[in-house]
Amino acid sequence: METGQPASAEEVAARLGTTGYLCDDALATVAFLAVRMQRPLLLEGEPGTGKTALAEALAESLGLPLVRLQCYEGIDATQALYDWDFPRQVLHLRALEAAGGDGRTVEEAEKSLYDERFLLARPVLAALQQAPAVLLVDEVDRADDEFEAFLLEVLSTYQVTIPELGTVRAATPPLVVLTSNRTRELHDALKRRCLYHWIDHPGLEREVQIVRSRAPEVSAGLAAQVVGVVQQLRGGGDLLKPPGVAETLDWARALHHLGSVDLDLETASRTLGALVKYREDADRVRAALDRMLAR
Amino acid sequence: MTDAGSERVREADEVLLGFARALRAAGVPVTQDRGQTFLAATALVGVDDRRATYHAGRATLCGGPDDLARYDQVFEAYFGSRDGLPRPRPAPPATVPAYADLPEAESAGGEGDQDEDAEVVRARASEREVLRHRDVATLTPAERQRLAGMFATLRPRAPRRRTARHQPWRRGRVDASRTLRASLRRMGEPAEVVRRRRGSKPRRVVLLVDVSGSMSGYADALLRLAHRFTQAAPGSVETFTLGTRLTHLTRALRLRDPDRALVAAGGTVPDWSGGTRLGETLGSFLDRWGRRGTARGAVVVVLSDGWERGDTSELATQVARLHRIAHRVVWVNPHRGKAGYEPVQQGVLAVLPHVDDFVAGHSLATYAELVEVVARA
Repeated sequence: METGQPASAEEVAARLGTTGYLCDDALATVAFLAVRMQRPLLLEGEPGTGKTALAEALAESLGLPLVRLQCYEGIDATQALYDWDFPRQVLHLRALEAAGGDGRTVEEAEKSLYDERFLLARPVLAALQQAPAVLLVDEVDRADDEFEAFLLEVLSTYQVTIPELGTVRAATPPLVVLTSNRTRELHDALKRRCLYHWIDHPGLEREVQIVRSRAPEVSAGLAAQVVGVVQQLRGGGDLLKPPGVAETLDWARALHHLGSVDLDLETASRTLGALVKYREDADRVRAALDRMLAR
Repeated sequence: MTDAGSERVREADEVLLGFARALRAAGVPVTQDRGQTFLAATALVGVDDRRATYHAGRATLCGGPDDLARYDQVFEAYFGSRDGLPRPRPAPPATVPAYADLPEAESAGGEGDQDEDAEVVRARASEREVLRHRDVATLTPAERQRLAGMFATLRPRAPRRRTARHQPWRRGRVDASRTLRASLRRMGEPAEVVRRRRGSKPRRVVLLVDVSGSMSGYADALLRLAHRFTQAAPGSVETFTLGTRLTHLTRALRLRDPDRALVAAGGTVPDWSGGTRLGETLGSFLDRWGRRGTARGAVVVVLSDGWERGDTSELATQVARLHRIAHRVVWVNPHRGKAGYEPVQQGVLAVLPHVDDFVAGHSLATYAELVEVVARA
């Protein structure tokens, strides 16, 4: 794997391609800019279009470690930054006691409790320490406003202050990828810090390519048929939850595991659980498949 | 770099910044720093490459899917052929008049009131009381204006929910970790026992305002109500309008001044007093926002008369879906509080089984009650 900074958007696309992630030149350009301008990249789009996968592929293609921070309602700075390993601190204190105080003063003993070895680095701090790295802040729209403000601060300075230890600053700012499903509007301040990209569902041809590259074991004919069906389902617009690329892959793999080389109604309806996640949708897809395969 | 070269760069920069300005004129919120980022980005990908410039601009100047369509239009107009200039934003419809607040009438009267003055104040107070109970759809423009000022008396409070995390508290369960930590600080000497309780946070409130023709008399009042909710808890209130389509209105209502917020809302909503496809728009709300989290565990307030042409089974299906996702569904019907009202209308009948609270919403007094219902939810 080549490392080092890519020289052009084409190179980003090519490198991502080697990891099995296929992207169009819009996404390649944005990713290139994010790397070169050291700006966070904010990805929005339908679920299952490959937002999280992009971060993973970027890390792999750049030869960098990936640090992931999953956001949820109520997440706060301790869960993102660092915590002290309390049980080990107690143990350390007991050990000091057993050693008869070791001739240390109370201050020294206390100071030794806030040593770096008792520090539990959570994702943001870990990313700063390991830099260069890729920091994935997944589903940032689930976190609260306060957390967003905190992120904004970290993303503009790339440093974190721990009162007992001092300031940790990243030698090279990590490449930050934020994903959002738009369950709520993000603050303008955060958006302004970031490069923005909306990921759409891929077209027919590209999705076939994606299936071929991600699941090479699936036969070419099956891949084309599966993608054909999925694209029609998405276009129909009457599903509660139209399948994303991830579901397409799941379904193709599921069919493959059952030994299909061709899409037939019986195996298809047995594996629908990989494609759609609502009972109503399953009924609709079954009816649509009936129509499509009857021809 | 030679002088001629830097001259060229400066020219290119002017062209690019001109584009950013054009974009701002077309309604995309382009700030100064975004413009600078755009310049830096184009310098990296090459100014001469039209496609690269296009992508760089999309990534740096846009902030959401709504911006992207406008961006494409302006880009085409600015860098492409010169015909097809971006259309100016539609003017706010006349349904939302932009008037300033009049000074409150009853602030008159200081110390040492004479009898006459007291009389006047009492008369005004009761006038206000009457206005509070009047149906907002039947008010004259002047009364409407006076009522607008009275909306400030509504004090919405966001309902609370318990969180997974604890917070320090005087009473309650012993917080072992914190207690130990405190004793650790004293080298293992017993310290004061620290207690904790489950924390609480505001629960999200989602307002869905029907702005179709049959609700046009209430639209102004309902938006003022939504504005009060948004101002009381800006972080946890989301507002949408339902009509022939779904419009996200939260951003407009965050403006502090009620009249400016209403004008902004007027400019955002494209389908005032149009038809209703209540079931369908509710469905697209659930698909695009609701299921992903906006309505999950939230108090959802639907402000609508439930007037649905034709088949109401779609409406029933969607409200049932909403009910499964939301913490509580409150349906506010302007006709509910009127004398002789019976829920016989098809749309209302369809939704009633899936609604937690069915309340009136035709006067300021009923809005005050609604505020209470939401706060207790």
